[in-house]
Amino acid sequence: MTTETAESTELSAITDTIDTTDTTEIRPAAVEVHGVHKWYGAHRVLDGVELTVRPGEVTVILGPSGSGKSTLLRVINHLEKPEVGYVSVNGELIGVRRHGERSEAGVRPAAGRGRLKELSERAILGQRSRIGFVFQNFNLFPHLTALDNVAAAPVATGKLTKPEARELARELLGRVGLADKAGAYPRQLSGGQQQRVAIARALALRPGVILFDEPTSALDPELVGEVLAVIKDLATSGTTLIIVTHEIGFAREVADRVVFLDEGRIVEQGPPSAVLDHPEHERTRDFLSKVL
Amino acid sequence: MSESPGAVVSLASAPPAEDTPEPRTARPAGTERPGDDTAPRPLAAQRVLPQRRPGRWIATAIVLVLVAQIAHGLVTNPFYQWDRFQYWFLRPTILDGLLITLEVTAYSAVLGLLGGILVALGRLSRSPVLRAVSWTYTWLFRSVPLIVVLLFLYNFSALYKTLSLGVPFGPAFFTFDESRLATDIVVAVVGLSLNEAAYASEVVRSGILAVDQGQHEAASALGLPRSYQFTKIVFPQALRSITPNYVNLLINLIKSTSLVFYVSLLDLFGSAQSMGSTYPGDIVPLLLVATVWYLILTSAVSVVQFYVERYFSRGATRTLPPTPLQKVRTGLRDLRARARREAAI
Repeated sequence: MTTETAESTELSAITDTIDTTDTTEIRPAAVEVHGVHKWYGAHRVLDGVELTVRPGEVTVILGPSGSGKSTLLRVINHLEKPEVGYVSVNGELIGVRRHGERSEAGVRPAAGRGRLKELSERAILGQRSRIGFVFQNFNLFPHLTALDNVAAAPVATGKLTKPEARELARELLGRVGLADKAGAYPRQLSGGQQQRVAIARALALRPGVILFDEPTSALDPELVGEVLAVIKDLATSGTTLIIVTHEIGFAREVADRVVFLDEGRIVEQGPPSAVLDHPEHERTRDFLSKVL
Repeated sequence: MSESPGAVVSLASAPPAEDTPEPRTARPAGTERPGDDTAPRPLAAQRVLPQRRPGRWIATAIVLVLVAQIAHGLVTNPFYQWDRFQYWFLRPTILDGLLITLEVTAYSAVLGLLGGILVALGRLSRSPVLRAVSWTYTWLFRSVPLIVVLLFLYNFSALYKTLSLGVPFGPAFFTFDESRLATDIVVAVVGLSLNEAAYASEVVRSGILAVDQGQHEAASALGLPRSYQFTKIVFPQALRSITPNYVNLLINLIKSTSLVFYVSLLDLFGSAQSMGSTYPGDIVPLLLVATVWYLILTSAVSVVQFYVERYFSRGATRTLPPTPLQKVRTGLRDLRARARREAAI
């Protein structure tokens, strides 16, 4: 695991941009998706997706259901393995390594050249701990309190001691406005509160990029705002965010770039003012006319 | 909105509909005119009388009579010989048997559960070989009657003189003399554990499958190590549904230990049985002694089950289920509150 140690020392060398009261440092990560194809049986979900996200950029992915938005997000942290193509975060390949390459991080092979080999599960888990993921259904651990949900991962992955993790968890819960709910179990919280705990849980690992898979789709309309406010706070603080959502207004407000996906292909992408207000493609216009 | 008088009065406390003129009798609930004693209370202020259920009372009476008859029969029928029951209940032979039962149950329960977890993990493994072997194990030991397993193991030393650990067809590293290793209690524990593990594996597997897929995903998205995912995230949640099913198995196991009698181990049932053949007149009280002890063991397990389930339901329910003591307390409080309410009306 030489890769990981090299990476984490590198990570801690950069000043934190998220919160000035915070002592731990995060470097926003760059994400690249190259030629990714993904099939579920005979059905092609992703069809040669190319996406480059610069460090600190906020990308919103839009598209009709079944267009492959969630799959793309899940490919980025290797919850789904792409059949062809690869993903890299800060230049480090996710889930795979070049054949023959053992420890050098930051070496990006030219697409199509060099064979890719799957990494060990332990190595993949190590990479995932540097990529935050927020689920549509929160997926908090119901048998743990809000505080333990947030504190669990830094301890389990050996990044912090238990008291340090609990202190960090308290601080993060405070940041998402739930300092008073530390001892509550997830089922005792509202959907919006659960999702905010889930965001705090993702933040606890100090990820360089956070992926949001329809974070407000399972919420009552009146609870959507509190979650979006937390994400907006993250967006302005400089973390790289990739957000799958149906909240067009929110996309317009926070996105640096909007990506429109249809049938596993990126139809168009660009700043919200271009894609949302002056879409070039018929398919995008059609979709926007239905959701706006 | 019907025009019948009753309906009009019942509307009194509801906000009047826009198009209906407010009925003359309407007035807010609880504001009775002073000095107007003869006037009926407004409907809104009246208590609803519960429906009468004569059928329920008759059924209750019949059941009570039946229960009384059974109790009467148990106490007065000389066939049960309660004096002999009293004589045998705490005899050292019986208590020795009880100890064997407890010992065999405890070992087999622990080994069976551990084995069951291993087999369940094998069934859920990604390796087809592990899956096939685990499946075959469960299939085999669920098919063969426990008594056959026990008798087979009992005669095992005749089939294999020594047990050795080593490379198949190659050299052996450790060799055990089987006849020295296989005491009666070891045979009993091994047989029961093998059987228990087959059933426990399915209980454990069903518990693991009952944990939401999102939990596995969340755990691996956080990069939690595999062992941590299982021991701290998935298994604790699985235990909630494993517990009642495993207690079922455990109670069955307590009773199954009576089969070890056939491998010449004198457990609770075995001692009762052997005393019964020495004192043929006391067979019925001896069987009653065994029955009552089994009842006591099962009750103890059930009490433990309640608290274990309560512990594992943390987070699964918004409030923990009340303990019996808490139930009595809240019951009394509710009763008092109801009495006060009734007096007030």
